[in-house]
Amino acid sequence: MSSVSEDPDTGIPPAEVPDLPPPHAHGFWSRWVFSQDAKYIALQYSGTAIAIGLVALVLSWLIRMQLGFPGVFDFISAEAYYQFITMHGMIMVVYLLTAIFLGGFGNYLIPLMVGARDMVFPFVNMLSFWVYFLAVVVLAASFFAPGGPTGAGWTLYPPQAILSGTPGGTQWGIVLMLVSLILFIIGFTMGGLNYAVTVLQARTRGMTLMRMPLTIWGIFTATVMALLAFPALFVASVMMLFDRLLGTSFFMPALVEMGEQLSYGGGSPIVFQHLFWFFGHPEVYIVALPAFGIVSDLIAVHARKNIFGYRMMVWAIVIIGALSFIVWAHHMYVSGMHPYFGFFFATTTLIIAVPTALKVYNWILTLWRGDIHLTLPMLFALGFIVTFLNGGLTGLFLGNVVVDVPLSDTMFVVAHFHMVMGVAPIMVIYGAIYHWFPLISGRMLSHRMGLIHFWVTFIGAYAIFFPMHYVGLVGVPRRYPDISASFVPDSVATLNAFITVAALTVGAAQMLFLFNVAWSLARGRKAGHNPWRAASLEWQTPEVPPRHGNWGEELPVVYRWAYDYSVPGAPRDYIAQDDPGHRASWSHVP
Amino acid sequence: MIVAASLVLIVLFSVAFHLVSPWWWTPIASNWGYIDTTLVITFWITGAVFTAVVLFMAWCVFRYRHKPGRVAHYEPESKRLEIWLTALTALGVAAMLAPGLVVWNRFITVPDDATEIEVVAQQWFWSYRLPGADGQLGSSDVTWISADNPLGLNPHDRFGADDVVIDGGDLHLPIGKPVKVLLRSVDVLHDFYVPEFRAKMDMVPGMVTYFWFTPTRTGEFEVLCAELCGTGHGYMRGYVLIDEEAEYEAWLGEQLTFAGLPAGKEVQVANTAEPIGGSDP
Repeated sequence: MSSVSEDPDTGIPPAEVPDLPPPHAHGFWSRWVFSQDAKYIALQYSGTAIAIGLVALVLSWLIRMQLGFPGVFDFISAEAYYQFITMHGMIMVVYLLTAIFLGGFGNYLIPLMVGARDMVFPFVNMLSFWVYFLAVVVLAASFFAPGGPTGAGWTLYPPQAILSGTPGGTQWGIVLMLVSLILFIIGFTMGGLNYAVTVLQARTRGMTLMRMPLTIWGIFTATVMALLAFPALFVASVMMLFDRLLGTSFFMPALVEMGEQLSYGGGSPIVFQHLFWFFGHPEVYIVALPAFGIVSDLIAVHARKNIFGYRMMVWAIVIIGALSFIVWAHHMYVSGMHPYFGFFFATTTLIIAVPTALKVYNWILTLWRGDIHLTLPMLFALGFIVTFLNGGLTGLFLGNVVVDVPLSDTMFVVAHFHMVMGVAPIMVIYGAIYHWFPLISGRMLSHRMGLIHFWVTFIGAYAIFFPMHYVGLVGVPRRYPDISASFVPDSVATLNAFITVAALTVGAAQMLFLFNVAWSLARGRKAGHNPWRAASLEWQTPEVPPRHGNWGEELPVVYRWAYDYSVPGAPRDYIAQDDPGHRASWSHVP
Repeated sequence: MIVAASLVLIVLFSVAFHLVSPWWWTPIASNWGYIDTTLVITFWITGAVFTAVVLFMAWCVFRYRHKPGRVAHYEPESKRLEIWLTALTALGVAAMLAPGLVVWNRFITVPDDATEIEVVAQQWFWSYRLPGADGQLGSSDVTWISADNPLGLNPHDRFGADDVVIDGGDLHLPIGKPVKVLLRSVDVLHDFYVPEFRAKMDMVPGMVTYFWFTPTRTGEFEVLCAELCGTGHGYMRGYVLIDEEAEYEAWLGEQLTFAGLPAGKEVQVANTAEPIGGSDP
């Protein structure tokens, strides 16, 4: 390495290894099924995630129909209701959001944005998708298994998760759920190692870490976190599977079920909760950090302004990622763990609010004195800021241990986490799809349909989840198929019916989005090269959409960060990352 | 323009909804008014931040929307501004955390004069146990549970003999006396939750959890389970009645003690024969 010397003018080091374009596949199976092209794998991941996500969407309708109009739909028994909420939650958190951000956007954007030809281990990458696919099949199979899917809630708390009082507890449901999670984690680990190594090892010349777009910083940090957090869920799943199938007692104390002494004894249900949330809380940020990164880039491009405080934004991502590993027990304030934990976890949890708030400020300071184009990606980014801010602030209620006591396990919690890790990241996913669809397909999505989709989704989602906080404040617990109780005024039922109508409307708007994608693929306006005039590397490929190997004959060389927008004295309002021209005026530009 | 106006409307709607909508917490019936106060402080701080940030964003969207000829200002970062914002945020966070931790400390510090009572949960109903004249609850274990001994009291423990066992009925408590609620589950996780008391805690098989409170208002309060415990979770209800002292004593006098139950017959014998323990059956 000592022989490597930088070009004195640009600071670009010479290539350390020869550039070898990946071997192109020719057969049908190796091109269209077992493809090793990260971009194609990204589409496979996203397509599968969205398909299973549609199941979760339908489940959310059923949940809302029961809550809004209890007793009207006979087929929704208490058992079915618990199966619906369990599968809805698990699909959304793991199989949709985690898969689409890391497997979908990660696969598509990492090689393109860092200037690599592909992931470093394309074969493992292909395997990663197919193991994920298998996990989704096993999950979906539980709908058809005897007894149906598990109804233990997405947290799968033992002992009830594997006992007969819970749907699927002593039948197939919980077994298939745990097997599916184990498969998911195996698949993810293969993909995750790939994403991390590609970011660290396959960046093109000149792409220093501090020149990477925040999208990559978000996805990279989330990947490293997932590689550390998922193993906790993995061992918890394996141990619970043993408890269920082999009669071990990792999480099972001596207990009497329906008057009958069971043969379990000596285990601790709380240990499972610690393992689950040691995964579960970082998981929130595994979904949020890629969203943070992507939305930063959307805002910068569409406000024609560099992201405000780039270095602070990078450090905030890294600090949030690290802190998120020491806040997990804020999900367990009323679990019966030692009460002194409350002091520690409330403090760490509220500390994490500081770097998070800083990110919100910097997004808005990027808009400030910008040149804001109200394109669809920008609209969704604005929608993200509002919903994320709202959900983040209610997190300060739940994180502050004693305030959590009356609110925990109520609809307030449901409203909070849907706002912050449901609606907000989904806003970013849509913004990102509207933004990168032209690169992926070469065509623009219909703006008119997109506007309807945005407004119905944004206003509708806010109308669902903002009032829901107050249902929880009244005291209505979560996970109740029927919320009537002596302290609940009748007006809450009316509010619940309103929320249901809003939810069904928002759901319908997602069908319009799917139609927009199908229609625009065939008939959308041709996008041409770099329609948003973006500076980052993925838009600078020789062909649009980029081919296998991404960069044609020669890898790009990077001369600047990804945010040179509206640089004073530059000939246009952006300077691409691989443009060696015009030097930036700001001395700290990486 | 429409976008900026919508953002302003969202803020107005949210604030108006908070102020005039009829949905608010239940009237409190315990000493945990501190929790409500901390919650209100949190509402004010977070509400102010939400309003300020979204309104500023709306103004930016309005003022800096694209027009032909507009060029964005070039300023990659401002250390001063970022330090100021970090400091202000840290201050706001501390203003919520500090009272929160103080109240938490009270919440977990049980007063010495609190009476210990026990709530036992199982799929899907509540049972209760009150100490008898000796003021102490006898020991218990799931292995003692049988049809005759539904709460699994140790028949050899003399402290258990006079324990009042309420199997499936309602719980009565006297007003104004601090209570330490010991929580026990015989099967799966449950959570003893009375909205008006503000306090709640999970019940975990294999261990005893607790919280404490002082009832401050007489009346009938619904008990719910707040931890998903299987198919009957939503229907696991009961009532706690807070009585004046005299009513409470009258009610207490009518209750059965463990010694009066079939499984408790032995304990009477054991009680007179040997002080503690006794021989196994």
